[in-house]
Amino acid sequence: MTMYADAPAEKAEETPPAAGPQVYAAPGAEGSVVSYKPRYDHFIGGRYVPPAEGQYFDDITPVTGKPFTEMARGTAKDVDAAVEAGWKAFPSWSRTSPAERALMLTRIADRMEANLEAIAVAETWENGKPVRETLAADIPLAIDHFRYFAGALRAQEGGVSEIDHDTIAYHFHEPLGVVGQIIPWNFPILMATWKLAPALAAGNCVVLKPAEQTPASIHLLLDLIKDLIPAGVLNIVNGFGFEAGAPLASHPRIRKIAFTGETTTGRLIMQYASENLIPVTLELGGKSPNIFFEDVAREHDAFYEKAQEGFSFFALNQGEVCTCPSRALVAKSIYDGFVGDGVERVKRIKQGNPLDVSTMIGAQASNDQLEKILSYMDIGTQGGAKLLTGGERADLGGDLTGGYYVQPTIFEGTNDMRIFQEEIFGPVLALTSFDGFDDAISIANDTLYGLGAGVWSRDGSQLYRAGRAIEAGRVWCNTYHQYPAHAAFGGYKQSGIGRENHKMMLDHYQQTKNLLVSYAEGPMGFF
Amino acid sequence: MVASKIDVTPAAADMLRSLAAKHGPLMFHQSGGCCDGSSPMCYPVGMFRTGASDVHLGDLDVAGIDPVAVYMSASQYELWKFTHITIDLVDGRGSGFSVEAPEGKRFLIRSRMLTDAEVAELGIEPRFALGAQPLRR
Repeated sequence: MTMYADAPAEKAEETPPAAGPQVYAAPGAEGSVVSYKPRYDHFIGGRYVPPAEGQYFDDITPVTGKPFTEMARGTAKDVDAAVEAGWKAFPSWSRTSPAERALMLTRIADRMEANLEAIAVAETWENGKPVRETLAADIPLAIDHFRYFAGALRAQEGGVSEIDHDTIAYHFHEPLGVVGQIIPWNFPILMATWKLAPALAAGNCVVLKPAEQTPASIHLLLDLIKDLIPAGVLNIVNGFGFEAGAPLASHPRIRKIAFTGETTTGRLIMQYASENLIPVTLELGGKSPNIFFEDVAREHDAFYEKAQEGFSFFALNQGEVCTCPSRALVAKSIYDGFVGDGVERVKRIKQGNPLDVSTMIGAQASNDQLEKILSYMDIGTQGGAKLLTGGERADLGGDLTGGYYVQPTIFEGTNDMRIFQEEIFGPVLALTSFDGFDDAISIANDTLYGLGAGVWSRDGSQLYRAGRAIEAGRVWCNTYHQYPAHAAFGGYKQSGIGRENHKMMLDHYQQTKNLLVSYAEGPMGFF
Repeated sequence: MVASKIDVTPAAADMLRSLAAKHGPLMFHQSGGCCDGSSPMCYPVGMFRTGASDVHLGDLDVAGIDPVAVYMSASQYELWKFTHITIDLVDGRGSGFSVEAPEGKRFLIRSRMLTDAEVAELGIEPRFALGAQPLRR
């Protein structure tokens, strides 16, 4: 699959993963490679701790719509205990050598790699995404991410500045302390890894709150790696945003808060951070344009096929990606042919049981997500957009009838329509045409957001000019949906603050300590 | 009946009454962006600070509790000004810090286009003629 390495996409479709069955058994069922425990508490100070208020909530698999485990329902008291545990661990953890912290990260990666199949199946069961994605993208990317930050930490250098011959400024990296992290539900383990790896590498202790829709897979992973992490360095409090997320984000003893999600909560996080005067990193999504210039269709060759796949990528991960290419902009001169081929390709996307390795699109992560997507299909139709394919909930029959499945959907319209301007977070494409370069860029930038974008052309100069003109933090050129570590990821405009997925994220989890040292023998001469 | 941009379904109104009994007066702010975005977030009054970048769409009149103010960012409102929204309630599992999530329910927006009569009564600037070049900011 193309998210990990630049391998031809066709291969992923032809060749299922070498090992493992064609259809995985559900976690806990006979023959399954993995089982969830019936209940997960909070993980605080190196051990599992029941919730202070004694309450639990059901965790539902979107594959069937049925509960499969229960989670501790955290409150402010649990968050207090977790922050306290973090500060208790911080003095010794912050003084470990970079080598020691890097080794822990590589050992976590090795342990994940040895259990990749089990983690991938568990992730699919909780989130609803196809197991081919978790096997080939989510979990391999997470493994590589831990290794990347192990390497980045070892290679990081401070600075020495010569102010004058006798006066030297030394710059050291120091950790912040205990940091809060609130994780989204679309890539539960990968998004947790994006935040955890740099924070731990930098020597911080972490209090992490998983999304209430997908809290369990992170605990399943934790079970595999917890012996590698000193007590209190990583603390996980489950629960709802209002009851556990807000107390964490507003906690007076955290030194930084990181959040991935939507804009209103992003503002609330900044509001809390302003009260405590702490830094934030935010990733708040987008409405990413995917631009196909005229020369894409000059020949019907491998590159044309690649661009067609790029057009279809709005359905990857059921559209539940912050950078979902949910607006396609196609040059007028090639519109009918290119779109015709694209619609046919989208119709061939195989929807089915997420545990079947041949399934390309699985279930939406939750019922409210499903309802929201359906409500936007209604908005699309009412707003005057023309439905080209899809447009309904999909009933896959059997046990899957209760699951949250949506047909890949394409609406044709204009960029001022609400479906072109609001993130639907489902497999729904808003399609329009453009007339020339300037028109393409103008439509692409006519959005409140600026997280991702795609540009497709056979002309390198055009790719470059378009890439630089688009107001977005990540512009994929002749590719899309690749998320390798060492390529900075973050938003312009209302899409957020900070850059993940790159060594520069270490800076977001570090203080700079400056020692200004005089080696002069005598006084300065003022007094 | 006086034209309004907002309404609430009976199920959502019941939930608001039940939440207000626990948390006191409530308000909504419509979210944008990824994950649980494009959804209304409900907070106890005072939890979320609105400001100059927000538009007050109106107050929901829910019998038995204080009026529930509904806000949206001004930038997003530009695209919504001809839309009538109804706050509904569905089964769901959380999102952001919205207050109803622990109840296993989620507020959701249902939309319809305002009629020409409503647009006139509400004093909203007229829409572009069909086929006209859309507004580019």
